[in-house]
Amino acid sequence: MKGTNLGEFEELVLLTIAALLNEAYSVAICDELEKHTGRTAKLGVVHAVLNRLEEKGLVTSSLGEATSTRGGKRKRFYEVTHAGKVALVKAKDVRESLWRIIPGFNLEGSI
Amino acid sequence: MKAPKPPIEPPCWAQRLLRWYCRPDLLEDLQGDLNEYFERNLTAKGPTRARLIYIIDVLKFFRTYTIRKPDFINLLIHWIMIDSYFKTSRRSLIRNKLFSVINIIGLSVSMSIGLLVIAFVSDLRSYDYFHKKRATIYRILTKDDATGRPTMELATTSHKAGLMIREAIPGVEDITIIQREFSGDAKVNDETIIPIKALWADKSFFNVFTFPLLAGDSSTALREPYSLILTEKTANKLFGTTDALGKSVQFDTVAYTVTGIMKDIPKLSHLKFEALMSLTSLGEARTAVDRERMDWAGIYGNFVYLTIPENRNLQTIQKTLDRLSATENQKLKNRKITLSLQPLSAITLDKRYANEFGANVPSLVIWIVAGLAFVIILSACFNYTNLSIARSLRRTREVGIRKIVGALKGHVLGQFVMESVIIALLALAFSSLLFFFLRHQFLALAPQLNDIAQLELSPRLFVYFLLLAVSVGIVAGFLPALFFSKIKAIQVLKATSSIQLFRHINLRKSLIVLQYTVSLVFITSTIIGYRQYKSFLSFDLGFSTENILNINLQGNNGDLLINELQPLPAVNKISKSSIVTSLGSLVGTSMKYKDAQDSSLVWLNYVDKNYIPIHKHTFLAGGNFTVIPKKDAESEVIVNEQVLKRFAIAGRDPHKAIGEQITMDKQKLRIIGVLKDFHYGTMENKIEPMALRYVTGESGGYLNVSITSTDVPATLASIDQAWRKIDKIHPLDAKFYDDQIEEAYRQFMVITQIIGFITFLAIVIASMGLFGMVVFTAETRLKEISIRKVLGASEFKLVYLLSRGFLALLAIATLIALPATYLLFDRIILSKFVYHKPISINDLTTGVLIVMLIAFLLIASQTVKVARRNPANVLKSE
Repeated sequence: MKGTNLGEFEELVLLTIAALLNEAYSVAICDELEKHTGRTAKLGVVHAVLNRLEEKGLVTSSLGEATSTRGGKRKRFYEVTHAGKVALVKAKDVRESLWRIIPGFNLEGSI
Repeated sequence: MKAPKPPIEPPCWAQRLLRWYCRPDLLEDLQGDLNEYFERNLTAKGPTRARLIYIIDVLKFFRTYTIRKPDFINLLIHWIMIDSYFKTSRRSLIRNKLFSVINIIGLSVSMSIGLLVIAFVSDLRSYDYFHKKRATIYRILTKDDATGRPTMELATTSHKAGLMIREAIPGVEDITIIQREFSGDAKVNDETIIPIKALWADKSFFNVFTFPLLAGDSSTALREPYSLILTEKTANKLFGTTDALGKSVQFDTVAYTVTGIMKDIPKLSHLKFEALMSLTSLGEARTAVDRERMDWAGIYGNFVYLTIPENRNLQTIQKTLDRLSATENQKLKNRKITLSLQPLSAITLDKRYANEFGANVPSLVIWIVAGLAFVIILSACFNYTNLSIARSLRRTREVGIRKIVGALKGHVLGQFVMESVIIALLALAFSSLLFFFLRHQFLALAPQLNDIAQLELSPRLFVYFLLLAVSVGIVAGFLPALFFSKIKAIQVLKATSSIQLFRHINLRKSLIVLQYTVSLVFITSTIIGYRQYKSFLSFDLGFSTENILNINLQGNNGDLLINELQPLPAVNKISKSSIVTSLGSLVGTSMKYKDAQDSSLVWLNYVDKNYIPIHKHTFLAGGNFTVIPKKDAESEVIVNEQVLKRFAIAGRDPHKAIGEQITMDKQKLRIIGVLKDFHYGTMENKIEPMALRYVTGESGGYLNVSITSTDVPATLASIDQAWRKIDKIHPLDAKFYDDQIEEAYRQFMVITQIIGFITFLAIVIASMGLFGMVVFTAETRLKEISIRKVLGASEFKLVYLLSRGFLALLAIATLIALPATYLLFDRIILSKFVYHKPISINDLTTGVLIVMLIAFLLIASQTVKVARRNPANVLKSE
């Protein structure tokens, strides 16, 4: 079921878009992801994921204003749609319900 | 104050590439992202790295979701306009007859060589295609490492290896052992006697190979001893019919029963034979020779083929083979024999192994020939490119109108590429005709070629031909098309003079230089090759080959024939020898001197006492054989200087070496003579240690007949008569020594002929191109010339003015070509021949002079014509 389920990276990107509010465009998303996850987010990968999310209808995008940076090219800003929010909440619910059935989860014991 | 530096920008072509492939709706945002990263990298990592990263990113973004979908409207327009393209192409072809002829002839001549190469390679690649299991058949190769000898790689292997693989290796489906050629005389009813070449094969032969039987059962036909399978052709020869099942054929004293009739072998099969005999007929090893044959080290006589199911891992099988040979090698001293697998499809195009069976062309040869064809075709493409760009003026207006009416760059590009493809297809029609003619010439170059290839036209081949023509068209037409597509409509229509007529002049010049460099390299190569070939033939071998007729005894008793030949008046002296030296055949054995541990391979020839006088070898010390040895009681040997050198016998002094004892084949032999070094091998081999021993066997080998008569046909006829008394079955095989040497170097002649032909084409094509350019230049500058003439320039000055540019180009080409050819031959090709003539100045300059003369005549003929024109007539029309 590719249409509704979120991959791990997709979920991260979606969350980042939501977190960045009005500043969510590709380069900013990359930077934010790197800051929070600590791993390098390649533009090519993020770009592909954004494109896929848009295809799935989880985000929408619109071009912003032209500025003097970026060689005069406009930015494409992303926004999480209702379906995107539903998918995020659903993913969170699934995790939480799984967490709940683990009895007495003890981090120290596993180390 | 310094002017502010222009901002550093990402590489231009990468930006363009991105614009070209990216979907328009994604483009802007992607460009922006890449720019932003570029700016960041510029400060963090410096301009070079930033540019590099930009380029890599652009290439990395080439993904399915970013690629622009093809523009259907554009394609549709192309489709609608095809009719118009055809029309204008046709008109332009007819209007410029000279240029069309130059282009079409050049392309078709060069393409015919390409067709030949394609057909040849396609033949080689479709070898053994008829075997159903072709993808899973492998042959066992053998590598023989022994100390004191060069490593040998053989296509054959031992019988024992075949048996062991059958038992030891799981996953081998079928395995068949084939023993190398048997040739004997087949006798039917004591009447028909026909020599036949057959193979011994075991019963699983037909499990591996697909050779359909017309009669008989393939699963049992080779099971019983003395079974015989004939091909249709052989059956017809022997019995006059293919209905021969169950009949008996006699070889020597043994009768074989025909158990199968096989369909004739297709031409493109590397296995070729007239009959198959069951391997079981050879029976158990009885004699010592037989035992040696069945031994692990008896790697010279058997081929082993096996089929391995496709999903099997070849590496594990190779490991088992390695293990198997490791255990067997323990029994050998100072010798290692290893086995490996060779796929069936690789056999014809692999390098040549010793004891190779059937057709084999090393892939290096194919690459070289294909490379030559490629160069020739490219040269013809250059002509097209050059002439089209030069004449672009005539068609700029057409392009201008097209653009104003609405043609895009892509449309114009498409139009001109299509035009060149059409011309290439026209040329293909001509070159196909040429191909049918050249095919026979090519196959007739060497008898071997005729055996290897058939060069038949097939649908697949036709598709390849079309592909070649289309790609030639695209290569030839791309640059001019690009040039046309960039023309600006307004400029063209405003005034023609504003178009830079001599733009791209450097491109055109370099193409001409390239063409002439190639032609010069070719012609000097041909001349050097031919001179070297001639020098091989007249090389001083260290002995005389004059008027010596070598008769292959074909197993007959030499003494009987000598008795028949000696009375003939034309015959002077006769000697016996086991091989004919200097032709490339080698026989060797190991020799020891005082040190029992130190043995070395020494080449051999078994001769009688007449041999040395007939061949006029020079003795440095000692003399000819004195005693004719009795069986197993050999005592004398004659060696060359290299033997003394190798074993440091008697301080390398020939006189002192006489009487020293050496050991060969477990016999102690006394050196009775030391010969001056002579060429035992060909020019590729260094002179190595060799020894002459007295011939002991009665039959086989050669007779060397020294002829005194000048009437060759009559002498040969009388010798033939004498031969018939001894052998009624086999025709006489007698050749003059000089002819044999010529034959031994025949491959060089064939190569020289091929390159010579290609040279001819290269020069013709380059000359036509040059001619076209000269005509064009002369015509365009006609008015200028007339004005100069009116103002008082002499004809000579005008000719000089017009031709000096071209002559300079030719000079540059010469400066590049000559050193390149010299280095190529001196460092690479001739270094393979230990003995060769040095390259002379004449070899190098002859070719240049020929090419220059042709070029000069072409240039002069046109420029003189223009310079002689009456200026009044030219200027009047303005």
